[in-house]
Amino acid sequence: MTRALSDIETEAGEPPAPRPRRTRRSTRGVDPIPWWLFVIVFLVGLYFILPTLIVIPMSFSSATTFQFPPKGFSLKLYENFFTNPVWLTSLRNSVLVAVLSATLATVVGTAAALGLHNLTGRLARFARTVLMISIVTPAIVIAVAVYISFLKWQLVGTITGYVLAHAAIAVPFVLVSVTSALGGFDPKLLRASASLGAPPHRTFLRVTMPLISRGIITGAIFAFVTSFDEVVIALFLRSPLFQTLPVQMYNSVTVEIDPTIAASSSLVVTAVTIICLVLQFVGNRGKTR
Amino acid sequence: MPGTAKRRTPSPQWLLLVPAFALITVILLVPLGQSLVRSAGSPDWTLQHYQTLFTDGVTLRVLARTAMTAAMVTVIAFLLGYPYAYLMTRVGPRLRGVLLVIVLIPFWTSVMARNFAWIIILQRNGPVHSFLEQFGLDIVLYGTVGGVTIAMSQVLLPFMVLPLFSALSGIDRRLLLAARGLGSHPLAAFWKVYWPLSRGGVVAGLILVFTLSLGFYVTPALLGSPQQSLVAQLLGQRTTQLLDFAGASALGMLVLVVTLVLVAWANRLGGTISAIGVVAATRTKDQP
Amino acid sequence: MPATPSPTVAHAPASIPPRAGTQIRLNGVTKDYGLAIPAVADVSLTIEPGEFMTLLGPSGSGKTTTLNLIAGFETLTAGTISFNGADVSALPPHKRNLGMLFQNYALFPHMTIAQNVAYPLRERRVPRAEIARKVAEVLELVQLTGRDDNYPAQLSGGQQQRVALARAIVFGPTALLLDEPLGALDRNLRSSLQMEIQRIHREVGSTFVFVTHDQEEAMNLSDRIALFNDGHIEQVGTPESLYEAPETLFTARFLGDSNVFELSQGVGDTAVWESNVWALDPRTVSARASAGGRVALVVRPEDVRVVTDAGAVPAGANSVTATIRDVGYMGSYRTAVLSLGRGGTVGRARFDAAQTDLSVGQSVVAWWRVEKQRVVAA
Repeated sequence: MTRALSDIETEAGEPPAPRPRRTRRSTRGVDPIPWWLFVIVFLVGLYFILPTLIVIPMSFSSATTFQFPPKGFSLKLYENFFTNPVWLTSLRNSVLVAVLSATLATVVGTAAALGLHNLTGRLARFARTVLMISIVTPAIVIAVAVYISFLKWQLVGTITGYVLAHAAIAVPFVLVSVTSALGGFDPKLLRASASLGAPPHRTFLRVTMPLISRGIITGAIFAFVTSFDEVVIALFLRSPLFQTLPVQMYNSVTVEIDPTIAASSSLVVTAVTIICLVLQFVGNRGKTR
Repeated sequence: MPGTAKRRTPSPQWLLLVPAFALITVILLVPLGQSLVRSAGSPDWTLQHYQTLFTDGVTLRVLARTAMTAAMVTVIAFLLGYPYAYLMTRVGPRLRGVLLVIVLIPFWTSVMARNFAWIIILQRNGPVHSFLEQFGLDIVLYGTVGGVTIAMSQVLLPFMVLPLFSALSGIDRRLLLAARGLGSHPLAAFWKVYWPLSRGGVVAGLILVFTLSLGFYVTPALLGSPQQSLVAQLLGQRTTQLLDFAGASALGMLVLVVTLVLVAWANRLGGTISAIGVVAATRTKDQP
Repeated sequence: MPATPSPTVAHAPASIPPRAGTQIRLNGVTKDYGLAIPAVADVSLTIEPGEFMTLLGPSGSGKTTTLNLIAGFETLTAGTISFNGADVSALPPHKRNLGMLFQNYALFPHMTIAQNVAYPLRERRVPRAEIARKVAEVLELVQLTGRDDNYPAQLSGGQQQRVALARAIVFGPTALLLDEPLGALDRNLRSSLQMEIQRIHREVGSTFVFVTHDQEEAMNLSDRIALFNDGHIEQVGTPESLYEAPETLFTARFLGDSNVFELSQGVGDTAVWESNVWALDPRTVSARASAGGRVALVVRPEDVRVVTDAGAVPAGANSVTATIRDVGYMGSYRTAVLSLGRGGTVGRARFDAAQTDLSVGQSVVAWWRVEKQRVVAA
């Protein structure tokens, strides 16, 4: 389970290795790829990215409804997003919650990954499963259970409630990416460091940390995006006094019919794309060395 | 040997797990545990709330509709995902990289942005409606289970494609050539050699997509209609509108158990396969 | 826990040159993981200052565990380890002041060559200027001047191991522990690095403890070899003494080829020891063999002569009848594979390339001088 994440992410971002398998070419003649397969895959690819493409032109519309194709061209929706206190406050809340919960998740998740490193056996497997539980639990089930309990603990609508809930569901991402970074980590380096006179805490700072920092950063970004984009739990924990951006977006289509959501969507999509690119950049830099 | 035994016992390493366990326990396990108690307690031990699920006439219908929708989503994802994953194993590394990035885009597209986009596309007078009208079909998918299915399939396709890709890349294509060398028609060779070898990945992908479909909340809530709600909506409604906490907890436990059983089954079928899927799942969670 | 962070404090008088190395003493060292047999069982060994000691043995014989116990990576189940008389058994590895070389080099991939070599000096808070000077000096010693700013991945395997060597000696360690450092290298590189290690051992003069399963490497490098088998030391001695005077059958077989004649318990030192197959004069009996138990007579192939005529065997030599199974031409000499005696035991002999009167299937007599043979514990 630990490998997969990094595989996905590195394979995606990796500039294709300089011709590793040219032999493939030679089989083409014998084993051709049918042209219709390319057509199907092209259409499926469009299906993958279509929705993303549509929010960007929508955000420059001058209409006050969700009509498509968008009418005219204006920055009105962006203006509204950045001047309307409701949108701005929810953006601020989202960033705040995401930063705090990602920090919390990164600290406890990294510690847990180190704690589980090189441990095998039933108990360690069980521990790992417990920490990963939120991944296989449907968000709605968590949301309902957390909501009812938080009502009693008076955490609904509080920033503490949001941060704790989001940190809890973000821990698996940190755990996975740090564990994967530790997988490529040669334990002999720890012995080498000790033999060279470094006590354990110095070894951690000078050897372990620098070598797994990429995994930690990846995990932190995953955790941030998870929280920033989380709707289901946020919908249950919201209060008139405190709500996050996804919740405001939800309101804007269910209650208000406010096309500002188009501007908000474009901004979020752009921001997440940039974060992704940064992540790839971090990933590749580490590899070229 | 004074001092030797104390120095490197494993306990300090275990201590690193404490914060994470505290967080997960208090924030996830305790609420889920309270849910369980609530569903079978209040005031005395009883299975009444579970009984109600099967006798109130609503829950069963919603569950059936949810299962049907999930099945549809699974079929669509499979039909679209198999050729996609297959082509990924055939092309050069550069194009494969591009295809992989495209698969991952739904992971990274904001949940609300994506659902908003589907509202635009499927709404009355939206592009899909206008297109169908040209053929004299006045079909509005927004507000129907059909619309929900289309939107959900898009999000869940990666969970089909990634396990499939991982399974298909493990198949030696020379077997196909060998089959054809022995006189098989290309399609027959595919059907008799390639397909059976890919079946493990297929089954894992199917279970995974089906399982994830069961818990979708935002997509049906935004693109579906209250008259045709799915189980997640019902769960939300019972909690926030009807304040039937015990009933909601029982339903939640039911959904949780079904999900866990299915995930365990998928896991059994192929370690790495479901690993990719489940990890990816993490990113999209309800997403929808 | 003895308060001796640096065992060199307990070092001998100033008259001994500072690079004379450290004495490492293992006393009843035992490591038990709770398996059927302990990984290391009651090993006692004294490694003299400046000595090149090799721990040799097949995999799983406990040699690496012993090295890890010396390094402090493993805790002792029983026994003590002392450096220059100071007990270090309870000292964590980073306080033992040992240099260590690993098979996979274990260079820090995120640090340059210079940073890698400077690592132990920085941990010891050596002043900046002195670090620079020492790093340059030691890189020159391993002939890697000018590669300071490279990363380990940019270097070849042999170069990486030389960096690791530089890093392990730059801080003047108590001793250098080498854990199969040449195992990952190809043959040519290995022999050149062997010479390099020998040269550095001469120049630095500190105690080296070298672990390997390669008997040639061990013979080539070591002052003394401790041969490990099943968690205990089979025999300790110079390469010559191990080869020429093995105490046990294991030693005789592990180092070089041997002809082995299993004997039942003899009746006395000078009597002819017999089994139902052999009647041989024992003469040079090893201490362990005379302690009782099963014994075997071993003789090296190069000491066995082959003649066609029993009359050509000198008086007082041991001889057996044999059949030639195979003859091989090795350039400067020939080898023969023999069926010895009635039992059909396989033996080997080596003889002059000029001797061409032997052919496969021929009945011959194999003989050797009694002083060349050893009766060992089997």
